[in-house]
Amino acid sequence: MTTQPVLEKETLKGAGANYLSRVKAGDIGSLPAVLGLVSLIAVFGAMSEYFLTNRNFANLITQAAPVMVIAMGLVFVLLLGEIDLSAGYASGVCGAVLVLLVTNHGWSWYSALGASIVIGALLGTLIGTLVSRLGIPSFVVTLAAFLAFQGVLLLLAGEGGTIPIADKTILAVENSNLTPTQGWILWAVTSALYVVGGLNRINSRRRAGLVVELTQLWAMKTVALLIITGGAVFELNQERGLSATNSTKGVPIVAPLILVILVAGTFLLSKTAFGRHIYAVGGNAEAARRAGINVKRVRTIAFVLCSSLAAVAGMLFASRMNSISPSTGGSSTLLYAVGAAVIGGVSLFGGKGRMRDAILGGLVVAVIDNGMGLLGYGAGIQFLVTGAVLLVSAGVDAVSRRGALTN
Amino acid sequence: MSTPLLSLKGINKSFGPVHVLKDVDLDVYPGQVTALVGDNGAGKSTLIKCIAGIYTPESGEVIFAGQKVTIDGPRAATALGIEIVYQDLALCDNLDIVHNMFLGREEKKGVTLNETSMESLARKTLDGLNVRTVKSIRQTVSSLSGGQRQTVAIARAVLWNSKVVVLDEPTAALGVAQTEQVLNLVRRLADKGLAVVLISHNLNDIFQVADNIAALYLGKMAGQVKKSDVTTNQVIELITTGKSEGVTK
Repeated sequence: MTTQPVLEKETLKGAGANYLSRVKAGDIGSLPAVLGLVSLIAVFGAMSEYFLTNRNFANLITQAAPVMVIAMGLVFVLLLGEIDLSAGYASGVCGAVLVLLVTNHGWSWYSALGASIVIGALLGTLIGTLVSRLGIPSFVVTLAAFLAFQGVLLLLAGEGGTIPIADKTILAVENSNLTPTQGWILWAVTSALYVVGGLNRINSRRRAGLVVELTQLWAMKTVALLIITGGAVFELNQERGLSATNSTKGVPIVAPLILVILVAGTFLLSKTAFGRHIYAVGGNAEAARRAGINVKRVRTIAFVLCSSLAAVAGMLFASRMNSISPSTGGSSTLLYAVGAAVIGGVSLFGGKGRMRDAILGGLVVAVIDNGMGLLGYGAGIQFLVTGAVLLVSAGVDAVSRRGALTN
Repeated sequence: MSTPLLSLKGINKSFGPVHVLKDVDLDVYPGQVTALVGDNGAGKSTLIKCIAGIYTPESGEVIFAGQKVTIDGPRAATALGIEIVYQDLALCDNLDIVHNMFLGREEKKGVTLNETSMESLARKTLDGLNVRTVKSIRQTVSSLSGGQRQTVAIARAVLWNSKVVVLDEPTAALGVAQTEQVLNLVRRLADKGLAVVLISHNLNDIFQVADNIAALYLGKMAGQVKKSDVTTNQVIELITTGKSEGVTK
């Protein structure tokens, strides 16, 4: 006797109840980050009149961009239950390579950027090999790399300390904007692809006779997402220049770059066998090994991806500061990036998290940084608050994990 | 008895000075449940690891479907159609049932995973085993009960048109009702024509589902007998002393 797969007639109410029970069972996803972001924006918006302006909004994006990119790279490593403490200084080293090649050796921006990403990949290969083949804990390997890369950056930057960069393309990434029309085209094309992709998935599941996600719910989520992103594009397209002669408007160029990394990373993690294997190794490495997955290879590649994305972040630092200094990627960068991923919902225990968590968490960290700065609090208080937020989100992660285990 | 599908002859395996398996013979028949019993340290795990390709025996022959074969790694075992369901299940808690069933052998459409075809096939396999206890096959394994997890692990093993399924203490951690479910599933596997090897400490379970019983005693095969030819007490004697009145090897 065979049973037909029951096409469950879901209702919105049922979906809501489902979600609630998932949250209770410890599967909270990005809920804390979303709530945190909304309340932070409300508080800072009420306390500072400058916080909710277009200019600050654009500033927030460019400010958050490098940390978000490092955090997206860290997602791969954190999903394995590992850590990469050296990602911050890896971005500094790769940024220095980029700037040196352009400024001192006259390379074009694209070959220099390519070279710096290759260097990043090599650093990642070294770390990944030490962790996966020799079995040294990633905490120790990357702590050593953290110190070593700091030294390399000092040597590259030399005594004077700062290497400037004047390449127009590199500088444009963090300092220029798309024209309003380009911004709307970008929004329309991405939205269309998103909607078509979603409808395709629903249709192919329906054809195969599988349980289909509630279309109503999907439509509501999609419309909400389109309104939020459309609203952001609209706001960014308003004039925010300081003087009439210096017109500034449009979506910062770094936004589509982050979008590309987000889409590529999400595709890799959720649509390919390699992505599935990352989750498997993070969930139960022994099970993955017995299933025939090359665990060492997966580990190594995760570190390569992390350091390569750090190299991209190095380019963003160079663009934002117009230079590279011995402290680029140092100080709080790495902890902000780890914080961004964890606040967004990536589990430090491995096996749980998504690419977009890094974006969401990156926004939370940037909002705290930016808002506290506007309110006139010094770096001391900012570090204290960011540290507390990181601790709270790691605590939420641990508690929700315990909730899931005891169920 | 019919001809065995998998036949081990004179298997020896040592770890340093410890001679764990001594000239062990074992026959596994299609459509039958062969119970492998023995006290702790008798060599049951080592023996199945030799079948799984995790250990390579020092001497002895492995004959599969009439052909002499060497199983020199897990992949070689899989290629022959031998699947092992380990005691600690080897499932990833954070992945859903479909992902776990296809772990390491995902179906692809170009570079992307073919989720719909994997989900359909997983559904079909579970239905074929008459598994109705699982509500959604897209729930993560962490939300399943012990019996359901065991079911998923077994379903994964039969997904690949496997011919021999080795189950390492599948009911060890289960309650009464769930044990019953899993034992029924084990019986159905054999009734579908698979050769099933069942490792268990529980003689009730064994007498309920097994067709023949192989008892290991201190690394030697004390005897492989038909269930109908022995009593519980004789099996206990085989396990604890290595011999029993009236049981011929």
